[in-house]
Amino acid sequence: MNSLLVSLRVALATMLVCVGGYTAVILGVGVLTPDSAQGSLITRPDGTIIGSRLIAQKFDKPHYFWPRPSAPDYNASGAAGSNKSPTSADLTDRAKQTVERYGATQDKPLPADLAAASGGGLDPHITAHAALYQADRVAPARGVAREAIVALIERHTFSPGGPLTPDRLVNVLELNLALDRDFDPTSSSK
Amino acid sequence: MTAMVFILLIVGGSALLSWPLGRYMKWAMDPDETAGPGRQKLDRIFASIAGTLGTEQQGWKRYMVALLIFNIVMFTVSFAFMALQQHLPLNPDEMKAVEGSLIFNTVASFTSNTNLQHYSGEASMSYLTQLCSLMWLQFVSAATGVAALAAMARGLAGRKMMGNFFVDVQRATFLVLLPISFVVATLFLFGGMPMTLQGSAHAATLEGLQQIIARGPVAAFVAIKQLGTNGGGFFGPNCTQPFENPTFWTNAVCMVAIILIPMASVWMFGRIIGRVRHAGVVFAVMLVFLLAKISGAVWFEQAPTQAFASLPIEQATGNLEGKELRFGAATVPLWAVLTTSTSNGSVGAMHDSLNPMTGLMPMIGMWLNATFGGVGVGMINMFIYIILAVFIAGMMVGRTPEYLNRRVEAREIKFAAVTLLAHAFFILVPTAVFAVTPWGAATLNNVGPHGFSEMLYEFSSAAANNGSGFEGLGDNTVPWNIATGIVMLLARFIPIILPLAIAGSLAAKKPTAQSAGTLGVEDVTFAAMLIATILVVGALTFFPAAALGPIVEHLKFMV
Repeated sequence: MNSLLVSLRVALATMLVCVGGYTAVILGVGVLTPDSAQGSLITRPDGTIIGSRLIAQKFDKPHYFWPRPSAPDYNASGAAGSNKSPTSADLTDRAKQTVERYGATQDKPLPADLAAASGGGLDPHITAHAALYQADRVAPARGVAREAIVALIERHTFSPGGPLTPDRLVNVLELNLALDRDFDPTSSSK
Repeated sequence: MTAMVFILLIVGGSALLSWPLGRYMKWAMDPDETAGPGRQKLDRIFASIAGTLGTEQQGWKRYMVALLIFNIVMFTVSFAFMALQQHLPLNPDEMKAVEGSLIFNTVASFTSNTNLQHYSGEASMSYLTQLCSLMWLQFVSAATGVAALAAMARGLAGRKMMGNFFVDVQRATFLVLLPISFVVATLFLFGGMPMTLQGSAHAATLEGLQQIIARGPVAAFVAIKQLGTNGGGFFGPNCTQPFENPTFWTNAVCMVAIILIPMASVWMFGRIIGRVRHAGVVFAVMLVFLLAKISGAVWFEQAPTQAFASLPIEQATGNLEGKELRFGAATVPLWAVLTTSTSNGSVGAMHDSLNPMTGLMPMIGMWLNATFGGVGVGMINMFIYIILAVFIAGMMVGRTPEYLNRRVEAREIKFAAVTLLAHAFFILVPTAVFAVTPWGAATLNNVGPHGFSEMLYEFSSAAANNGSGFEGLGDNTVPWNIATGIVMLLARFIPIILPLAIAGSLAAKKPTAQSAGTLGVEDVTFAAMLIATILVVGALTFFPAAALGPIVEHLKFMV
């Protein structure tokens, strides 16, 4: 009986400090990073939200860069991976559709990140290599020279781990926003 | 090449940090006269919070009873918050009632420091449930493990009185977990993680679609999730969800946070028993296993996605299915091994989509469950292997085995054997039952050997109190919820109760005199003996099961 009461007292103390106190302090520190603390949202001038720079969103139209495949179809309140074994025939079937969508051939094979779904289905990045691959589609769809698109990709390419990783990535949503800013989408052939 | 540098930085950096942290944990958990008046004042506060039992000195049985009662309270309080969430505040996204067997499974999971998740946080739990039910358990369940190790170490140091659980659990919570969580959560905030109590953001995308973006108090949650070897994600797919791990750098911090306290626990153990060299040998043995598994995982994950082989898809980049690009490909096998060598279980990629033999490495981690292991309890599990190694060595030279100047006799060996057999039993028997019934067979996401691996992984994860999964498994069913819930609870408390009983039993014996014939526990011979014991007893038990799952899948598809 005594132990039970003492347990409740300790439970209450830990709950107050670790849930109340700790959460409040970290929320307080979050004031220093107001943008990312709210989810790194990108808004329009009128205040409506376009999306989050950390969260992939769906792009289907040829004049935008497309993100990696997503098992939950870019549902940002139900993230998930495909959870298919890399030996799975289901995965082959899905990749066949992706290959068709991009029109990839043996001479111009698809970059692997565009065929493989990410863990949460919300990976905001593609490799710079995969962006360049898509430049062949985006440039004519926008009615601009490929070089202009390539230059834009290069400006948006970053290295996620500096010297610790050879990877070069671009953020798809930011790249597409830059596309719309630099090359008026209304003038493009949709 | 950069991958190797990165792996060495993370593992080596964590090992270096664990040394001062181990010293600090000794000061926090088992202060002696030199600890200073400020430290004693803290203990007086903890004792006053513990009220009438605050100054009681507990033998191993009293200590164990206190631990169990506190854990029952943890279970009950957490259960209440979750079961009532639809009536409680801080529920901006209007989460509904959670189904009964899922509540049982989830609360058992977080009480036992497992964090196996048959739910998706952003789709079913209110912010209040995430904080008061789940995050709270992430603190106090981890603290329970650290307290249990401190008590066991005191027993092995020859003290019949093992301390006071109610004070120990506060020491672990307030002095160890909380301060480090502040630091890590702050790093996460500056790394771009969200921390808000506002509900989901509603976006109209560039192509004019609606996207509902779940968010929440993520940074605070993820910090203790990693530090306490909890692993339960705020979001369904854990640290692959970009909010839960936005950059390469948060990913690096996560990995250090996963392994840091399990490593430091070994040093704390060594300092309490007063044999730091012995702890060094144990640490080295754990590190050997860790590095072996990392090497295996890195090697096997280089193979490209087999399913793409016949298609016009580039094959040079390895297997990217289930992986995030921002972490870099090399970090994935490292994370998969770290999270399962410890009993953490948070994932940085989908383990279901790892290459077959890569997926075996996490399973080996969970089968051994002692190559650093969970905070506190990893060292406790290793203690069982040590007792067994000492016993086998004693038999080989024909002497009564001793450990830390106490004779190891039939009673201790029985307890140790039961602990090890229980672990194997909880993995292999339920897997077999589910494999031959619709309970398991109807819930698989992959066919053939990989489907078997999904079930084997699930019970391995439950029994190791790990919490990761081959998440394709449709595990939110009543049979899975009940079965894994029971396994998690039994597999949590049996390997705490029996080792503490062994320590209590050893503490009650007269110390033996050290002689030339005494088996040393501080040299290479002992390390080799311990490695051999772990390999033979731990790994071979599970080899037939491994052969049916990942090994046959590898042989069938990958060679």
